[in-house]
Amino acid sequence: MKKKKFTQFLGFLLLRACLYFVLAVLLLFIYDIGKKGGGVISLEFLTQPPRRGMTEGGIFPAIMGTFLVTMVTAALAIPLGMFAAIYLNEYAKQTRLTRIIRLSIRNLSGVPSIVFGLFGVILFVNVLRFGTSILSAGLTLGLLTLPWTITASEEALKTIPNSYREGALALGASKWQTIRTNVLPYAIPGMLTGAVLGLARAAGETAPIMFTGAAFYLPYLPKSLSDQFMALPYHLYILATQHHAIQQVRPLAYGTALVLLVLVLGINTASIIIRYRMRRKRRW
Amino acid sequence: MERHFDEELKDLKEKLLKMATLAEEAISLAVSSLKERKEELARRVFEGEEMINLLDIQIDEECMKLLALRQPMATDLRFISSAMKIGSELERIGDQAVNIAERTLELLKLPILKPLIDIPRMAALSQQMVKDSINAFVNKDENLARNVCERDDEVDNLNDQVFRELLTYMMQDPKNIERAVGLILVGRHLERVADHATNISEDVIYYLKGKTIKHHYDKR
Amino acid sequence: MVKIETKVKIETLNLSFYYGNCKVLKNINLICPEHKVTAIIGPSGCGKSTFIRTLNRMNDVIPGTKVEGKILIDGEDIYSPAVDVAELRRRVGMVFQKPNPFPKSIFDNVAYGLRINGLKKRRRLEEIVEWSLREAALWNEVKDRLNENALLLSGGQQQRLCIARALAVRPDVILFDEPCSAIDPIATGRIEDLIHKLKLNYTVVIVTHNMQQAARVSDYTAFMMLGELIEFDVTEKIFTNPENKLTEDYITGRFG
Repeated sequence: MKKKKFTQFLGFLLLRACLYFVLAVLLLFIYDIGKKGGGVISLEFLTQPPRRGMTEGGIFPAIMGTFLVTMVTAALAIPLGMFAAIYLNEYAKQTRLTRIIRLSIRNLSGVPSIVFGLFGVILFVNVLRFGTSILSAGLTLGLLTLPWTITASEEALKTIPNSYREGALALGASKWQTIRTNVLPYAIPGMLTGAVLGLARAAGETAPIMFTGAAFYLPYLPKSLSDQFMALPYHLYILATQHHAIQQVRPLAYGTALVLLVLVLGINTASIIIRYRMRRKRRW
Repeated sequence: MERHFDEELKDLKEKLLKMATLAEEAISLAVSSLKERKEELARRVFEGEEMINLLDIQIDEECMKLLALRQPMATDLRFISSAMKIGSELERIGDQAVNIAERTLELLKLPILKPLIDIPRMAALSQQMVKDSINAFVNKDENLARNVCERDDEVDNLNDQVFRELLTYMMQDPKNIERAVGLILVGRHLERVADHATNISEDVIYYLKGKTIKHHYDKR
Repeated sequence: MVKIETKVKIETLNLSFYYGNCKVLKNINLICPEHKVTAIIGPSGCGKSTFIRTLNRMNDVIPGTKVEGKILIDGEDIYSPAVDVAELRRRVGMVFQKPNPFPKSIFDNVAYGLRINGLKKRRRLEEIVEWSLREAALWNEVKDRLNENALLLSGGQQQRLCIARALAVRPDVILFDEPCSAIDPIATGRIEDLIHKLKLNYTVVIVTHNMQQAARVSDYTAFMMLGELIEFDVTEKIFTNPENKLTEDYITGRFG
């Protein structure tokens, strides 16, 4: 008996140690960036474009660019993901084919983002002639995010009890009516939560946007979807590795990193809050 | 599959058998006491009545309990409802035995009117009917039960015969009336015993077949 | 075969049902008389739930199933290609084993079927919702809280809500698939009384594993075993003097 208690204690100790380790890394991370970049943050930093070879000024165009490209990503990944999930979960017969499809979708999420970038260059920039633009970059990121949104949407649909579908069908509803009125309304919050998380990830990707539309420096803000743009992650990359005065702009790099971090954490937190409030309202 | 319920049904059956045995014995004793003019036998009939009545109550209570607690269906249900009725009939047979014994005690105070021939024959038939109806119940023998029902007519005819014969005695001499009436009543009691045996057989047929033949219901 | 005095509402002719290659229902020939309660009893796995779900084609949603034979409702084969399944399911309502109110308000639950069929006028909806809740003997308990979440009701109330929901679309037939197995005895009693009243206007088919319930509630009883219909007759006959030994053994508890 004593041995059991001891091994249990040891086990829990180990598990707790892992947790603390992860937390420690996270906190260290935030602390480091916060300390080194916090000093740079100011209203000017957030609202002004960069000046003097990016050694001064702000990162507003990058913020704007990231925002715009994420919008395009959302426009592609969210509806497509939702409808694909609806088809897979509600309509498709569960055959070997659908199993293969699902497996492929899962595998797609493991493809390195740079490969997506290359694919995006070939398909959107060259073949479809969109050129390097917000559109190309957004669509490329959309493809990257798609497996995520499909999976999240499917999971959300799976949590809806089958008794709702049966109950609606038994009252004379058609399949689509059932889904539209009795499944989707309850699944959408879950779907959106998952989608938002995917977007948060996409906002921070560098490789896919590098060849498809992100620019080193633009003197003007993008006016349409076919314009190039600046983006936070790419800007960070440039400041940290490609700039001619790396040491000088290091604080700016950290500042950019901090903004990006806050942005991503902010989106994640928002989705968690949505999910929490949604869970409180629903009970089944 | 053996059910706990089957134990209880077996107990019920045994109680009924015991009651039937006692009822048969009572009739036998009562008629013997008349034939052999032995007051002692009649008194024993009175003593035995209490046990028969007690069994009647026990059987009733047991059946009610089983109905309430076991929700019996089909054969089990028919068995229990028949058991209640059969118990009731047996109790009345016991009553008739007591009646015969009472008549006997009165008749023993007076000299013999005539040798008894038909009455003992009626008694034998009625007793056999009771025995057979209970056997039909125990052995689930439908044919035997039907056979008992058919014998009722014979007992009725004998009863009429007894009545007519004793009527002539009464018309011959008013001094015979008291004894003749006593004997007519004994005949009547025995005829009732046969009727009760018939009822028991009808209940047995309902239990076995789920069809009632009472009052010639099946021949409508 | 038993004599039926009233009209026949549902009739199955050599109905067989397959899950893949497994023959789960074997040549069922059963009738459900109009405005009567027909109960289907039998040991677990005998196919009674599968059977009742063929009556409103709910088994269609399960992949890999096949139906042979015919099911006639009012003389028409419900499996013919011309039949509109949604309309069939409106006409043949179903109440499930576990009460499944939607996570909407009580009002919206009952109005769901109506809205699905295109009814939008608020006043009319309110009329029908009230009528349905009265028919289901639930109106008095919920009339002041129609906008409350239906999931807050007790189990028995939820089940009656599901009944009201089914009644709102004016079916001809109501199918009950073990409606009381998840409900306490008092609530069960109320639902049984309700079924008794419902048969005046609807035809009821009820699947139950509770024999006493079948005895209390039904006019006709069908006994099924291993996918076959063993005996079908007036309830009184089945429970006092069944013809088939298997039926007798089942209802006296000698197996299953």
